[in-house]
Amino acid sequence: MTDLSAIAAISTPLGTGGVGIIRISGKNSTEIADRIFVAASSKKLTESKGYRAHFGRIFDGETPVDEVVCLVFRAPHSYTGEDVVEINCHGGIFLMKKILRLVLQNGAQPAAPGEFTKRAFLNGKLNLSEAESVMTLISAQGEQGANAAFNQLEGKLSKKIESINSALLDLAAHIAAWVDYPDDEIEELGENELRNTIVNADLEICKLLSTFDSGMAVTSGVEAAIVGKPNVGKSTLMNLLTGFDRSIVTEIEGTTRDVVEETVNLNGCILRISDTAGIRETGDLVEKIGVEKSRKKLERAAIVFAVFDQSKPLSDEDFELIKDCRGKNVIPIINKSDLDIQLDVGIIKEKLGEPLYISAKSGDGYDELCDRIADLMRIKNFDTTSAMLVNERQRQCCEKADLALKDAQNALELGLTPDAIGVCVDDAIAALLELTGQRASEAVVDEVFRQFCVGK
Amino acid sequence: MEYFAKDYQVIVIGAGHAGIEAGLAAARLGCETCVFTINLDWVGNMACNPSIGGTSKGHLVREIDALGGEMGKAADANTLQSRILNLGKGPAVHSLRAQIDRRLYSDYMKHALETQDGLDLRQAEIVDIRKLESGKWQLKTHLEAVYTADCVILATGTFLSGKVYVGDVSYESGPDGMFPAKKLGEALKNIGIPTRRFKTGTPSRVNKKTVNCEELEIQNGDERIVPFSFDNELEIKNKLPCYVTYTNLETKDVILKNLHRSPLYSGKIDGKGPRYCPSIEDKIVRFAEKDRHQIFIEPCGEHTEEMYLQGLSSSLPEDVQLKFIRTIPGLENAELMRTAYAIEYDCVDPLALKSSLEFLDYDGLFGAGQFNGSSGYEEAAAQGLVAGINAARKIKGQPPLILERSGSYIGTLIDDLVTKGCSDPYRMMTSRSEYRLLLRQDNADRRLTPIGHEIGLISDERYGKFLKKLDLIAAEKERTKKTVFSPTDELNNILVSRETSRVTTGVRLCDLLKRPQIGYECLTELDKDRPDLPFEIFEQVEIDIKYEGYIKRQQAQVDEMHRLEVQTLSDDIDYNSILGLRLEAREKLSKIRPHSIGQASRISGVSPSDISVLLIYLEKERRNDK
Repeated sequence: MTDLSAIAAISTPLGTGGVGIIRISGKNSTEIADRIFVAASSKKLTESKGYRAHFGRIFDGETPVDEVVCLVFRAPHSYTGEDVVEINCHGGIFLMKKILRLVLQNGAQPAAPGEFTKRAFLNGKLNLSEAESVMTLISAQGEQGANAAFNQLEGKLSKKIESINSALLDLAAHIAAWVDYPDDEIEELGENELRNTIVNADLEICKLLSTFDSGMAVTSGVEAAIVGKPNVGKSTLMNLLTGFDRSIVTEIEGTTRDVVEETVNLNGCILRISDTAGIRETGDLVEKIGVEKSRKKLERAAIVFAVFDQSKPLSDEDFELIKDCRGKNVIPIINKSDLDIQLDVGIIKEKLGEPLYISAKSGDGYDELCDRIADLMRIKNFDTTSAMLVNERQRQCCEKADLALKDAQNALELGLTPDAIGVCVDDAIAALLELTGQRASEAVVDEVFRQFCVGK
Repeated sequence: MEYFAKDYQVIVIGAGHAGIEAGLAAARLGCETCVFTINLDWVGNMACNPSIGGTSKGHLVREIDALGGEMGKAADANTLQSRILNLGKGPAVHSLRAQIDRRLYSDYMKHALETQDGLDLRQAEIVDIRKLESGKWQLKTHLEAVYTADCVILATGTFLSGKVYVGDVSYESGPDGMFPAKKLGEALKNIGIPTRRFKTGTPSRVNKKTVNCEELEIQNGDERIVPFSFDNELEIKNKLPCYVTYTNLETKDVILKNLHRSPLYSGKIDGKGPRYCPSIEDKIVRFAEKDRHQIFIEPCGEHTEEMYLQGLSSSLPEDVQLKFIRTIPGLENAELMRTAYAIEYDCVDPLALKSSLEFLDYDGLFGAGQFNGSSGYEEAAAQGLVAGINAARKIKGQPPLILERSGSYIGTLIDDLVTKGCSDPYRMMTSRSEYRLLLRQDNADRRLTPIGHEIGLISDERYGKFLKKLDLIAAEKERTKKTVFSPTDELNNILVSRETSRVTTGVRLCDLLKRPQIGYECLTELDKDRPDLPFEIFEQVEIDIKYEGYIKRQQAQVDEMHRLEVQTLSDDIDYNSILGLRLEAREKLSKIRPHSIGQASRISGVSPSDISVLLIYLEKERRNDK
């Protein structure tokens, strides 16, 4: 059992939910909670046996902050394997942050991302696959994302992998028997059967691989960038998408000098949106750095909103932008649809596809924009209850299996001997087993060391 | 009356396939060694099939030879017929198998032991074993002679508390009518070594003059014979054929009607039998849909008419055996010479052993062969060799030889045994190796002879020859890159006849050899500057070229795994004190005490997260040491 001092964090997504949870874990967690919590029964949490809910109030000194329910779990029967207190408060970012601050002021350390899971893992409460799932769950910010992570916990992905693997295992076993028992009249596998099994398994794996981007979009979120020349209304669009005044909007060109970032959930699709400085040639050093950052954001983004002003004809800067957007997932947006048309829409249509008309100011066109995004990320008909890949390690395992099966197909095409085909099938099986955590390799360990802060 | 006879450095109990290699290796590495056997007339007895090699077992023999063991040479010297199995299935699974004159093989091995410097061969039953306070082991024979040794290697085969079953008859016995080792099993229990019961069996032998051979399909040996030993200079010839026949519905009927008379089916035997070598009654019950089973009739020697019936292993009563044998074509008038039997014996759970084959908890005590839960002559010899080497290295104060899985089937065999254990007698198979494209029988010397030389079992002379072979391979490989053929009709005719595409520009020999359809043999006419080299040089070059991509893919995996294999775990780690290990992992790791992270990762019940925890632990230890 680890014997570490308490850590605390808000363990529900930051946002406006009904209930928020602040979790404290560590040997002194009940003492810390007792310093700010007064139970209606006036019983101390330190005396709680665990598995109990305690109703009461959180105080900041003499001032009551919120009515809450505290759940106490005793080691080792808790999520982390340590003593745990979960404070269930009313939702709302402000309130949750306030209570967390009180907890931290009273002796807990802020938990690093994934630290609860790390402790659970080190206390033997989780296996690697579960730990990873929970890691995803933690960072899954949208409702859909939470579902996808839960399904994975329940083993949707494991089951899918198992079914692909069992066909391959059958095949490998057949080859092995045929090879190891030449005296035993074991039927030789027909080339067609061999090919079919390998091709089908590979198809299934490719299907899984194709879920990765959509999976990311509903769990961790994908990068999106709002770009355009100065003062076309990028910040107004940002504020429209985020639902509050995230960016400062003025009539002055170059108001947004740095990249402003916000995560939003648009009908289940999580976007990490960056509002960028308007791209233009400028002598202002600070603005210049901002423009540079904008270009980088544009390069990295999985989805780009290219904003144009309907009330002005296309400028050199607009043409430059159109060039920069080539080869990207772009939604051309024509803003200020409430003003007179001065823009040559035909050129935009030709270069970037069907544009979307919105008025960021009035909110017209918002629903259409959400639809377009869902289309682009292929999440509209994306079944979050089916098996999918939700992290990089899983994707790598599938890619390895895919590669091995392609090698097997290649060996078959070339007419190479069955031993070469057999080892490729074995490799595919090993890669799939690794995905469900049934085999250790250094890559897995590297991943653990990357995701968890371990060692001194 | 008890008397003190002699002190040795190494004592080997048993002179079967494991004991022979163990004794020879220890003596050749300079240890005063004694090998005890219950019956000097059957040193290296082939108590079951009169053949050596076969799928993956052939690989083991080649590896034993490449490391400096004896089995390959003995087999080459006494071959009746030789074949490479699995031709057409790829070089990784080509497996050499030879029918052997078992009497001559035994004589050869006895003589090898007798003539070995520093080795005594004694006929005696060991009845007691104990550890002295001095740290030495003390053994006592049935004639009350007392011996002491620094290291003892247990290679007791099926002799340890052996019990034979034929139908409803059973009696205490070793194999082939020899005495069992009755008291040693008890003595091992007394010092706390937990043994368990395994069983194995052998089919009956018939007299060739009563077999209607003319009626049967003949199986001859290969025209070009590949010897087991890389050092072989003998000319090996096929001397006798094998025959093939099949069981039929009548055979099935006889067996099914008499199943209740089998000690296995009536529950008299508790020992676990090998899944991979089922008796004929097992095959008929478990694969009820099959109407026939293939039977090989194999000669036992040049100076005997005894024929071995491969595929008819049985523990049914003698009268039933005779009855079902006579339902088989060619055997209608067969007369039994030896009756098939099942034999039950004591062996150890190999999880009690280290990768060196020394017991975890008994310093200086080693196990090898069937005693460790394996089955097969080759598996036994492989372990005997490693146990002998490691006993000698221990005495010399050297670290043990631990062969990696990625480098040999021997390493794979031992790693499987000591890491995963076995619930029935363990048989080697090519599919047990994840690196089988690398672990071919043809390149065993390239994999292991440098190791054999380093530990001192391969002479400088033989090693010199080996290095020369490597040079020839490298030179020929270079030549294939420089030799270019023009796109002549002659070349294209060859390519088309082999069902591969024509060429329109000049093509290098190495690029032609990459094509699966093309080999050296079909380019002889065109390849005018080809040097006169032994077959095996061309074979190595062609395989290296043809399978390059796949070999590289495996090599990458080996390199990845190797990084885990070299992170060593000491024997005395207290796994119960390591935070974060799951309970099952703690138990397994405490029991098996793996020598490396690599081995730990292969223990069932040790999950990737446990491995991460171990790595975290090792990292912490390293930092604490600084």
